[in-house]
Amino acid sequence: MTTRALLLRGGHLVDPSTNTDAVGDLFLCDGKVEAFGSRLGVDDDNPGLETIDCRGLVVSPGFIDVHCHLREPGREDVETIATGARAAAAGGFTAVCAMPNTDPVTDNQAAVGFIIRQAQIANASRVYPIGAITVGQKGIALAEFGEMIAAGAVALSDDGKPVASAQLMRTALEYARTFGVPVADHCEDPTLALGGAMNEGAMSAKLGLRGIPSEAEEIMAIRDILLARRTGGHIHLCHMSTKGSVELIRWGKERQVNVTAEVCPHHLSLTEDCVDGYDTNAKMNPPLRTQADVDALQQAVRDGTIDVIATDHAPHHYDEKEREFADAPNGIVGLETALAVNITWLVKPGIIDVKTLVEKMSCAPAKIFHLPGGSFRKGSVADVTVFDPKATWTVDAKRFRSKGRNTPYGGQELTGQVHLTVVDGRVIYRRQD
Amino acid sequence: MPTRTSTLLDARAMARTIRRMADEIVELNEGTDDLVIVGIQRRGVPLAQRLVAAIGEREKGHVHQGALDITLYRDDLQTVGPRPVVGSTDLPVDIDGKVVVVVDDVLYTGRTVRAALDELADFGRPRRIALAVLIDRGGRELPIHADVVGKTVTVESGQRVDVMVEELDGKDAVILARKGEEE
Amino acid sequence: MTAPLGKDLLGLESLSGDQIRLILDTAEPFKEISERAIKKVPTLRGATIVNLFFEASTRTRVSFEFAEKRLSADSVNIAASNSSVSKGETLVDTARNLEAMRIDMVVIRHGASGAAQFLAERIESNVINAGDGTHEHPTQGLLDLLTLRDHFKRLDGIKVCICGDVLHSRVARSNIWGLKKMGAIVGVCGPRSLLPNAIDDMGVTVFNRIEEAIEWADALNILRLQLERMQGGYIPSLREYNRVFGVTRERLDRVKRDVLILHPGPMNRGVEIDSDVADGPFSVILDQVTNGVAVRMAVLYLLSGGKPELAEAAKKGGER
Repeated sequence: MTTRALLLRGGHLVDPSTNTDAVGDLFLCDGKVEAFGSRLGVDDDNPGLETIDCRGLVVSPGFIDVHCHLREPGREDVETIATGARAAAAGGFTAVCAMPNTDPVTDNQAAVGFIIRQAQIANASRVYPIGAITVGQKGIALAEFGEMIAAGAVALSDDGKPVASAQLMRTALEYARTFGVPVADHCEDPTLALGGAMNEGAMSAKLGLRGIPSEAEEIMAIRDILLARRTGGHIHLCHMSTKGSVELIRWGKERQVNVTAEVCPHHLSLTEDCVDGYDTNAKMNPPLRTQADVDALQQAVRDGTIDVIATDHAPHHYDEKEREFADAPNGIVGLETALAVNITWLVKPGIIDVKTLVEKMSCAPAKIFHLPGGSFRKGSVADVTVFDPKATWTVDAKRFRSKGRNTPYGGQELTGQVHLTVVDGRVIYRRQD
Repeated sequence: MPTRTSTLLDARAMARTIRRMADEIVELNEGTDDLVIVGIQRRGVPLAQRLVAAIGEREKGHVHQGALDITLYRDDLQTVGPRPVVGSTDLPVDIDGKVVVVVDDVLYTGRTVRAALDELADFGRPRRIALAVLIDRGGRELPIHADVVGKTVTVESGQRVDVMVEELDGKDAVILARKGEEE
Repeated sequence: MTAPLGKDLLGLESLSGDQIRLILDTAEPFKEISERAIKKVPTLRGATIVNLFFEASTRTRVSFEFAEKRLSADSVNIAASNSSVSKGETLVDTARNLEAMRIDMVVIRHGASGAAQFLAERIESNVINAGDGTHEHPTQGLLDLLTLRDHFKRLDGIKVCICGDVLHSRVARSNIWGLKKMGAIVGVCGPRSLLPNAIDDMGVTVFNRIEEAIEWADALNILRLQLERMQGGYIPSLREYNRVFGVTRERLDRVKRDVLILHPGPMNRGVEIDSDVADGPFSVILDQVTNGVAVRMAVLYLLSGGKPELAEAAKKGGER
């Protein structure tokens, strides 16, 4: 009986979930992790066995992005589930969670099923749908959580928009608790943020752009934390961007509130100064903040206040970004630069080590969103990322697998390069020299 | 090889020349009635001032004096690099029906005078426009001649004429220098 | 040689003091041209200028038009609407079309901050910002500087207070940067809801009371209060605004000094400024308008022509 087997040989195995941080082999068999360590005694005669030399590279459980926008259905000109899943693979992500702000909104079981089917056809990284909290993301009536979860949704979110009504958020947290999934909220007080295009501060005053104050995020973050405390539901705070938010999350965690939080690579690396010159590739929501915010977020990743690094991958058509700053859409692509940005701004300066990075990009996302993967434990799904933490490369948006080219990192030399992405024991991405 | 620099007029010679020019202007105008002396920025302006003073010494009566900056009328504005500095233009009287004597330091290609004539036309219609220059060095590119000339000099290629005036240069002198050489 | 201005005039924040001084000094001789019988010099003959106005503006557009005509340029006015979600031609397409028509300069007024820079980065023609959103209005700032310099014979050390809606004012920004670069001391006065949150980082003194501002200042630059600010909820009523922040004769009379009065116009008489102040002896509001033409002529002149490759050729052609 021939089995499908892959031996990743001689890499630096890093898996915080099994407390592994040593050179060794990883043996994947029939889509599952079979064994890892040294001297595994793998039968080299197995005709189905492929061996890949991973010496000098880090071998880790596959990265999982709990926050990306794949634009299908509705804006297939900008990204499809297939192109998004391939971009994910190139970025070392073996699974991504697709936000429901599609057109139509992913707010019912059929829409969830569509995404799952498209992902199967794409045959690249895994794609998990996130269902909308409210019908049409209109913030009025709860969507059918139960049916969406049964169809494969892994979380609920109205991302792109906040849930403005506190009462509705309270109910969502309670109702989602029934099914054991997180509610991911885009924290933004709509009245404070109205018309804002960037962080409110010295740069917005200089550029004459309407600012979004930190408090727009923080007021909503503490509301959600308090509602999670009240309801016992699991609140997951998306793309945290301010120093104040970090303090509020810490406050909640100290009180054992069921709160988890994510931060994006761009909020860990860039500041509002990037907006100078009206670069629309520095426009995202939440906006780039100040160096004090970046410093606080980096420390929060280090000390565990922030659980997850997620990309908020948001492709846009180049025409849409090629316009007046206030009118340009929010968001940047992130799947193919996330690892390198994290290594360049967090690992290289010594703020976190590679093990913590793997925790934030793989183990914690799997645990928080109850997804397969994120571990080398025997029997785990054979999703693996192999990367070189020292290699440098220059970002060339034209070479992205994503249809989106909207990156603020274009032309920059970054450190950290994905070599191999393995999903279900099969290589779905291999770096071409 | 010509000598490196030579003085064509020293301060005293220059003062003498200006007095003679003043006389010629009065003669040309048959008096000082309706006379307006207009210097072209920058060295034409102090020269005009001295001509007015010299005329005032001999003739009774007031002679009007003006200044003209021709920068905005230059025919090479689309070709020169950074924009040249624009000086002030100041014509104290209406020039309609007057005799305007345009004063400049050196007459060479004639292009500056052409610009000055164009500019004067925007201010009115003088009865006559005359041209007085301290130095005529030849080399005309336009059909323009001076009515009053302080000194005519022949300039070899590779040479240039520098007029210096007390007000701007700290001394009065006219010097023949080699091109590209600092005075 | 004084530092040249570069290709475009987008704002005063990016200019040096020397560059601002060059523009003001160049504007001086241009004032005289507007006093002539024939108010026209041939300087920009053959140059094509497009006045691209996405926002309604009479004053600034007319001032630019006069400046262009007095320099003999050929100019065309384009008025376009710019609702932010307008599905019409995008600014980038407009830019490409203008470029294809081989124009020399564009004067742009647009409702979005950064629109002038956006255009400047995409076309080779010179771009002059005639007001972009709430960012800058550099020629207004320059004419204010020129008017102040005419009166005080200097800018260094004079105290100028900008009064009113600084938050939404491009005039305020251009004034703050320009005045500071020229060594003036800048104050602002207005309700805190109409001052940027980060005003303290801009190096200005903030006055909460108009009386204190008048006491302090050598000159007041009184901004127009956009009437829609009241609908926006920034201030409760125009009546209260006038009562608390209006510049009135009575308030000015309390100080025993002359305080120069500037206003970029159009004025709301009886709101931010009383009529007897606007028409009073210390008002230089009409001088501002006159200086506006001279400053714009200076800017057009300084940015025009001067293609480097032609300058080389001219050098070879001998000296005059």
